[in-house]
Amino acid sequence: MEKKVVFRSAWLPYALVAPQIAITLVFFFWPAAQALWYSFQLQDAFGLKTQFVGLQNFAALLRDSNYLQSFKVTAMFSALVAFSGIGISLLLAAMADRVLRGALVYRTLLIWPYAVASAVAGVLWLFLFAPSIGIVTYVLKRGGIHWDWLLQGDQAMLLVVIAATWKQISYNFLFFLAGLQSIPRSLIEAAAIDGAGPGRRFWTIVFPLLSPTTFFLLVVNIVYAFFDTFGVIDATTQGGPAGATQILVYKVYYDGVKAADLGGSSAQSVILMAIVIALTVVQFRYVERRVQY
Amino acid sequence: MRIKHLVLALAVAGVCSGGAQAQTEIQWWHSMTGANNDGVNKLAADFNARQKDYKVVATYKGSYPESMTAAIAAFRAGNAPHLLQVFEVGTATMMAAKGAIVPVAKVMADAKEPFDPKAYLPTVVGYYSDMQGNILSFPFNSSTVMFYINKDEFKKAGLDPDKAPKTWKELRAAAEKLKAAGRQCVYTTGWPSWMHIENFSAWHNVPIGTKQNGMGGLDTQFTFNSPLHVRHIAMLGDMAKNGLFTYSGRRNEAEARFASGECAMLTSSAGAQGTIGRSAKFAWSLNYIPYHDDVKGAPQNSIIGGATLWVMGGKKPADYKGVAKFLAFLSRPEVQMWWHTTTGYVPITKAAFEVTRTSGFYDKHPGADMPVKQLTLHNPTANSKGLRFGNFVQGREVIEEEMEAVFAGKKDAKTALDEAVKRGNEILRKFEAANK
Repeated sequence: MEKKVVFRSAWLPYALVAPQIAITLVFFFWPAAQALWYSFQLQDAFGLKTQFVGLQNFAALLRDSNYLQSFKVTAMFSALVAFSGIGISLLLAAMADRVLRGALVYRTLLIWPYAVASAVAGVLWLFLFAPSIGIVTYVLKRGGIHWDWLLQGDQAMLLVVIAATWKQISYNFLFFLAGLQSIPRSLIEAAAIDGAGPGRRFWTIVFPLLSPTTFFLLVVNIVYAFFDTFGVIDATTQGGPAGATQILVYKVYYDGVKAADLGGSSAQSVILMAIVIALTVVQFRYVERRVQY
Repeated sequence: MRIKHLVLALAVAGVCSGGAQAQTEIQWWHSMTGANNDGVNKLAADFNARQKDYKVVATYKGSYPESMTAAIAAFRAGNAPHLLQVFEVGTATMMAAKGAIVPVAKVMADAKEPFDPKAYLPTVVGYYSDMQGNILSFPFNSSTVMFYINKDEFKKAGLDPDKAPKTWKELRAAAEKLKAAGRQCVYTTGWPSWMHIENFSAWHNVPIGTKQNGMGGLDTQFTFNSPLHVRHIAMLGDMAKNGLFTYSGRRNEAEARFASGECAMLTSSAGAQGTIGRSAKFAWSLNYIPYHDDVKGAPQNSIIGGATLWVMGGKKPADYKGVAKFLAFLSRPEVQMWWHTTTGYVPITKAAFEVTRTSGFYDKHPGADMPVKQLTLHNPTANSKGLRFGNFVQGREVIEEEMEAVFAGKKDAKTALDEAVKRGNEILRKFEAANK
């Protein structure tokens, strides 16, 4: 029997959720509303003169070929970060789950990178891959690979994907490990007795049972790739070369903070907000159907 | 009881510190790092030691764009600093913000401090004055782009180390020899747009944009997609393809690659002399930037980079007196000379240049007067006195993005520059609309 607590008071439940609602209103809805309001305005840098310009900021964005290019870059970047992040951490979690000796050490070490700030992660990889002094660059050059992400867009993309993924693997790893440990051993053992090998056990039992975790991580990772990665990009490529790593959120940051173009930056963040809302809806409507709880 | 004591103690402390603070504080936000940061602090300390009424507090607020952003945010919140160091590309933005700034000429006139725009080099004054010739911000650290060569590498490649290439044709020939001698990185550049579009245009006396490079009004258009510009960028693209030009990034990353001996030739700020002088383990020389010898009127003169001090609005009249006194202190020839000789920034007043020359500094440091000579090679024309484009922080970004596409071999020079002009003009129109 489940024990249920019922609140008889009319106001108590509201009072209990009020702090959470207040935080959401102040830190999410208010800024979002402000961004929407600014996106219809044209302001000088100091905010001395403000005009209402309707949809002009949006029209200007759609005329900009590089902004449209930035969509493609973002799609590719997010897909790479989300899938490689989830794939690698699933592999690591499955391995760490099987380790018998020193499991705690492995786990601790795998969780560490999560404590590193994005900008620091960016600088770390920047040093490793720096075109003239990087250690990895040195090795690559000896291997005959021309490594110069300052000009080669694909290499720059690879660099930021590696840095952003590395940073997120720990988070994914934690969730996968918890998910794996909650799968009843008896199911796996029964399958083993029936003669299923490790690969088959993983794909027919473990992976389906992990699907709620995987789905949750997919949503979180895509949101991460869309919003939280600008620190990595700012510390490494700053959107270059020739816009090859200019993801939408970085352009929002650059135009708004560095270039003091508040209207244009707000219009971009409104578009970005719409995209992420749409993506999340799609994920919940279509991908979630395949999830078995 | 306890709390009462604490309050009393705090009140007494407040009164005491209030008594000690008869001095008026002048907040100065800047972006100088390393040796230059020490220089800024010394200037403030020297001024504070000379008089008792004002105290200049110098604060490092991050890189140029960062400190400008910080000041804009502070202004919106009502607590901007008195003095703000703004880099040259932020000039148009600051100038358009009429309510946020006070023209330096007015600050000095109100405080009856001497200030003569004619004392400054014409290229410096031109850059920071309005169309009526009123100087709006105080020239502080000015540099220009110079051409550095590694003399040891020249010798190794069988080139005459005392004859730096004068033209792009000569540079290319030298680059080929250096490459043949086994150099991995032959030529690199810092600040690609500043060097290869902005200074390139001034040096060849061609416009970057209409309306005297934007100085004549907000309705300016970019024109840096002329055949000469296309030819120059195409040449760089071709050199990149052949391993004669190595791209190092949009800021001063190239300077370290030259200083470490990795790259044999460099075009970058005159302000790099300090770093290179300290860390280079080879003989090097400072030279005029190369030009295309078939262009009539080249070389003209180069334009400045660096920063000026803007006086922010909304402060008490007494504060402005202190600001004026401090700026008058900074204008003194001996202060200017000290700043010039310790940092490598150019002397911006004629008097400071004279004082430095008669002191024998240039005889001891041959080449140290090259930047100022290059800036004043000829009387500046409408094309070479500077530029003023709205939101040029974004404008430069666009130019550099398109240049990178050329250097990577993804676009041809004509397409890239046409695209940069088109995108740049969109930014200019937006700035014009926002500042009508």
